[in-house]
Amino acid sequence: MTENLLQPSGRSAARQLTNEDYRIEVQTRRFTALYSRNARAVISRGLRATKSSNWLIMVSGFFEPVLYLISMGVGLGALVGTVVGPGGEAISYAAYIAPALLAVSAMNGAVYDSTWNVFFKMNFAKLYQGMLYTSLGPLDVAIGEIFLALLRGAMYATGFTAVMGLMGLITTPWALLMIPASVLIAFGFASFGMAITSYMKTFQQMDWINFVMLPMFLFSATFYPLSVYPQGIQWFIQTLPLWHGVELLRQISVGTFTAATSIHILYYLVMILTGMVLTTSRLRKLFLK
Amino acid sequence: MPTSTPRDYVISARNLTKHYGDFAAVDDISFDVPAGESFGLLGPNGAGKSTTMRMIGGVSQRTSGSLTIMGLDPEQHGPQVRAHLGVVPQQDNLDEELRVRDNLLVYGRYFGLPMSYLKPKADELLEFAQLTDKAKSKVDSLSGGMKRRLTIARSLINEPKILLLDEPTTGLDPQARHVLWDRLFRLKESGVTLILTTHYMDEAEQLCDRLVVVDKGKIMAEGSPARLIREHSTREVLELRFGSERNTTVAAELQGIGDRLEPLPDRVLIYTHDGEAALEQVTSRGLHPITSLVRRSSLEDVFLRLTGRSLVD
Repeated sequence: MTENLLQPSGRSAARQLTNEDYRIEVQTRRFTALYSRNARAVISRGLRATKSSNWLIMVSGFFEPVLYLISMGVGLGALVGTVVGPGGEAISYAAYIAPALLAVSAMNGAVYDSTWNVFFKMNFAKLYQGMLYTSLGPLDVAIGEIFLALLRGAMYATGFTAVMGLMGLITTPWALLMIPASVLIAFGFASFGMAITSYMKTFQQMDWINFVMLPMFLFSATFYPLSVYPQGIQWFIQTLPLWHGVELLRQISVGTFTAATSIHILYYLVMILTGMVLTTSRLRKLFLK
Repeated sequence: MPTSTPRDYVISARNLTKHYGDFAAVDDISFDVPAGESFGLLGPNGAGKSTTMRMIGGVSQRTSGSLTIMGLDPEQHGPQVRAHLGVVPQQDNLDEELRVRDNLLVYGRYFGLPMSYLKPKADELLEFAQLTDKAKSKVDSLSGGMKRRLTIARSLINEPKILLLDEPTTGLDPQARHVLWDRLFRLKESGVTLILTTHYMDEAEQLCDRLVVVDKGKIMAEGSPARLIREHSTREVLELRFGSERNTTVAAELQGIGDRLEPLPDRVLIYTHDGEAALEQVTSRGLHPITSLVRRSSLEDVFLRLTGRSLVD
């Protein structure tokens, strides 16, 4: 394999390509058109690229929820005092909103990575164009990118949980489960985000994503309990994914588990499954035009 | 057309068509490429060459028609087909976030090739692209020509059997072009099939065993460069310049000289088997061009004849 293809002296007459070389075995696995079981090449590319250039962006993603926690939790919290936690106990306002901010950060990171990031790499950096001219299929690229997004999400969640610990907002070892739970939330949003990106043609359309995300961030019982809303609005909020994420992490943070906990988890499992099916069905539209 | 079964063709396109909305980028084209041939698609920008290339690579879906690469449909077996393809796209799409050598290594990983193979191969290809001393540089610090050479080196990382080159030498200086042509010629000698789009007729004449002339998504003519010139043009061309105002008016007075007359805004072309004799006829009519040139017919003339337009506008 290592012989020199480019120098005529390096290629003996015996190494001339023959008709045999032009024959390929037909593979009949499922998804052969879209998948070559090589998502790890996309992942290792992402890690290499991060190592050389993306550090600043990475760090900024970590600080966003921390800044919110300091300003709203500590600052605003000084006015609010203690509030009633998920288990009925009194907890500081910072401890109340910290898990919600973590859920929001998991959502934002996953949505950014699976929409703007994918849109940019597809249409402007032309990165996927290069990848897709190799043995990689669109499913390899999608799995690789989602994995990278989740890895980043796990790092942020770990960092944020550490900050919560340093601020004295963690009272139970159960709180460590917030890290895998954040990854679950991120997975739910990332699997949908890529499918949504496949419908986007312009930057203006990409802005609609923010138009949906911002109100969801503000009103999903992030900063105050759901009970402030009239019944009809409560029901509506409860259909939204972020509310389930906020409630899930809030319960985990104090180690209070109820029947609702499993419903939140189930919500995300269904969301991931639906999102992946949808994304897979949209891969041709997204990557092969 | 050689009389061989379709099995011998590494690329076979039948009634290949690609629409973007109402626009037919590729309009019902058919062609076959046997193994080891150097096959060209010659035409102006927007003729549908790049779209055809993208369909061969399986990264663009055809609207209708059939296409097989080494016997497989690239839409159904994209990854498998592309394992044997090398692709040089029209616009360099190097990975700007990676350094020069890493571009080759990471790209090789996309093919699932092991590092033990890729490391020496990457060094060899850097040598080939004359980029050895840039191995650790960032991609955006490279000049346009260097980026092009790196893109071409990258396309060879998997030792492809079919190399797709979309306008490979656009933006290269003449010396770099000749180096590249030489390398491509050696690849061809070793049995690699080359598929080349170009709007440079000299490139097509140098590299292509056979080519199709495409315009507006359709194939206008097909054959070896020499045959196309023989069939669609004369042996020689006399180029006359009378100044931009006078070219068209003088054309009327030139009627009858040579086989055919082609008045263009900047010059008048006279197609003839003997350019010098035609020039004598011109001067004997009392017409004195500012400049005159006798040259061999080229694919440019073939294209002009077939479409009524110049190749490079």
